[in-house]
Amino acid sequence: MSQRQVLQVFEQYQRARTHFVQAVAELSSRPQNVGTLRDAGVISLLRPLLLDVVPTIQQTAALALGRLAYFNDDLAEAVVTGDILPPLVCSLSEQNRFYKKAAAFVLRAVGKHSPQLAQAIVECGALEALVICLEDFDPGVKEGAAWALGYIARHNSELSQAVVDAGAVPLLVLCIQEPEIALKRIAASTLSDISKHSPELAQTVVDAGAIAFLAQMILNPDAKLKCQVLSALSQIAKHSVDLAELVVEAEIFPVVLTCLKDSDEYVKKNGATLIREIAKHSPELSQFIVNAGGVAAVIDCIGSCKGTVRLPGIMMLGYVAAHSENLSMAVIVSKGIPPLCACLLEEHEDHIKAAAVWALGQIGRHTPEHARAVAETNVLATLLSMYMDIHSSEDLQLKTKRALKNILQKCTYLPALEPLLHDAPPNILKHIVGQFSKVLPHDTKARCLFVTTGGLKKIQEIKAEPGSLLQEYINTINSCFPEEVVRYYSPGYSDMLLERVENYQPVL
Amino acid sequence: MAALVRLEARLSRLREEYFRKNRSVDEDRKIVYKAAVKIQSWFRGCRVRAYLRYLSKMVILIQKWWRGYQSRRYFRKMIKIQKTWRGYYVRKYTHNYYALKKYLEAISLNNEIVRNELQEYAEMNEKEKKKKDLEKKEKEKKYKARKMHYLLSTEQIAGIYNSPFRKSPDPMELLLRQSKPLSHRQQRVKSPFTYDLYDWPTCKRPPAFPTGEPLPPIGRQKPQGPFRDTAEVLRQRYKPLEPTLRVAASISSPLEKAREEMKREEWIKCIHEHDVLFTEKILIIHSRFLPFSSYHKNKKYELSIHASEKKGKETYGIKHFREVQPNKWIAGKDFQTVLPSIVLFEKFGKTYSRAGQIV
Repeated sequence: MSQRQVLQVFEQYQRARTHFVQAVAELSSRPQNVGTLRDAGVISLLRPLLLDVVPTIQQTAALALGRLAYFNDDLAEAVVTGDILPPLVCSLSEQNRFYKKAAAFVLRAVGKHSPQLAQAIVECGALEALVICLEDFDPGVKEGAAWALGYIARHNSELSQAVVDAGAVPLLVLCIQEPEIALKRIAASTLSDISKHSPELAQTVVDAGAIAFLAQMILNPDAKLKCQVLSALSQIAKHSVDLAELVVEAEIFPVVLTCLKDSDEYVKKNGATLIREIAKHSPELSQFIVNAGGVAAVIDCIGSCKGTVRLPGIMMLGYVAAHSENLSMAVIVSKGIPPLCACLLEEHEDHIKAAAVWALGQIGRHTPEHARAVAETNVLATLLSMYMDIHSSEDLQLKTKRALKNILQKCTYLPALEPLLHDAPPNILKHIVGQFSKVLPHDTKARCLFVTTGGLKKIQEIKAEPGSLLQEYINTINSCFPEEVVRYYSPGYSDMLLERVENYQPVL
Repeated sequence: MAALVRLEARLSRLREEYFRKNRSVDEDRKIVYKAAVKIQSWFRGCRVRAYLRYLSKMVILIQKWWRGYQSRRYFRKMIKIQKTWRGYYVRKYTHNYYALKKYLEAISLNNEIVRNELQEYAEMNEKEKKKKDLEKKEKEKKYKARKMHYLLSTEQIAGIYNSPFRKSPDPMELLLRQSKPLSHRQQRVKSPFTYDLYDWPTCKRPPAFPTGEPLPPIGRQKPQGPFRDTAEVLRQRYKPLEPTLRVAASISSPLEKAREEMKREEWIKCIHEHDVLFTEKILIIHSRFLPFSSYHKNKKYELSIHASEKKGKETYGIKHFREVQPNKWIAGKDFQTVLPSIVLFEKFGKTYSRAGQIV
């Protein structure tokens, strides 16, 4: 055989390998083929190609493996059990940038499915290799490594701790400062995943100086980057008062308020989440936010959104109002109640309604002034109907009951309480009647109104056990009116009169 | 009688007994007296002490009660002062109604300002977005016009955008007039570094030079004139080579190396694939490349095309087509038309208005 023929055989084989690996990579980009490929035993075929002599084949094989593992967690497990990770990790430190990107992609695809797979990745020592990749010059390699680290750290706090122990955090903070937007996004999302688990991890991130850079990036026009940055800051701020104060000291207000006006929904949501996490810790922080005009911005944001995007904003109003009555009054003055009522009427999800109800309860529970402001919007009737609705979830019913109780105990605005007399169940009725019994003895006009609007009639119709609180209230109310009036409105009075007529002997 | 005798017997001893008894009594008297005194004194002392204790307890009680009373009176006065002070303080500072009112007004003002600013910001963003969209559309339109430049109307034929029934040409027509036609060369839209197989969702830009401005030299004055920034120039000059995958990959493949080796050998030895006999190959090897070889001496030299033709301008294609030789004509007139002319062709150039002009 001539030399040429010998070489031809090798050439054919190489062409065949290249073709195979490119076709597999192409097919694996579509999720519907993955099942067939798995049954055909693609993992065991791709494994030796990972160590092929030709770099193109190696990289394409790694890419194909990554795509396969990305869509399907059985395949990801097969990648782990097929002993593919150790050679991948070794070559991660040696090969050129294309291979590094492909290998980082495989690690990311395997690590995203479950904590056990991520643990397996950590155990084969991939973290150190990935951290070394974070120092590479090529931004694509850095991005792939940061993404893989992010997916690993996402699952639980032990894995996050492992990532932090490998020394990733300072390098991630350096990555954030790079000019490429995609790299910034991924680094911010990884920092967010790391700091969300526990205060110590968040403190580690803060110690690396991340807050200043994250705060600067809020001004960036890219919407996805803003999402990630706001999410990272809110994960840091949520753990404790000190961390929240550190975030506030980075001068994010009033810049964060511009994010609430962004055209992207998720930027608005994450911005509202950040403000909520800061406001919930202490009255001083809430005061600071109110002084910066944050409440107005959040209220506008609630008014302009629909659905779950509103939820953090609603909760933020509730937290602010819960701290003290002055803050609650500030919320009322900033016209906070109408959007909350609108939200109750428009939304279909129970958890959003429950949040709005809780917020209203927090606003109205402090003093009669606050309760009056809430009651004037006629939202109490809506609350009552939600409480009585059998389709509402238990959580919603419980929150509605508590909110109603809190507001009613302070409410002295009788025109709003009147309509409730007719429909309320006994446990709510008790509070309503109690309020009437407190106000009526002192106010004549209210008494007249009470009689004319049929309230007295309704009171007579209520059956209460003698000696109970309700009965006492009813007695107090009855004692405010002359006896004839009370008798007139008591049920069965017309029958009694008719009986008297029947028994009467005309006096001639 | 016997008793008397006994008595008389005792009588003699009586005096001595009497004396003895008195004496013993006298002797003990002192001791007994002293004992009695001691007992009495101790008892009296106890009584007195008890009495004193009782007295002191009473005294303490009285003093206690008195002091309590004193301090309570004092305390009531103190309370009054504190009460008035606290009431004043709370009304003035903590629950200051007027301050609260002012605060709430200030908050509403601030809210208004914030809302206005945010509104402005949102509007600005909207405007920018619209502007960008408009610009994009304009660019697309212009590109389309350049591509469809052939639709421009000419003198004879009005284009589709310039119907004679319109008062004025369509704006597209005007755009077509202004645009330069696209050349056939492909527009380079894609950057040379995107590779199809590696469809990374990110980082479409080529890998950048490692960032970091080089520090400017100390004490150097900025050169006058429109020079480019030194850092930029250095960056451009010293940009490292970034070979694409294809280039990077194919260098080290052993198959490629072998192939190249073979080609090189072929080139040196000038072996052709189709020669069968080994000896012929050797002859040919020797023949071409040994200088002054006698193999060639009998070969006839063939002239090249350039050398064999006569020099000068070639008449083929220039003079032979559509040649007119009036000296060969028979008559001076043109041919007579026998068939009637085609009506459509008569209308040529007369049906429409002069193309491109407003009728």
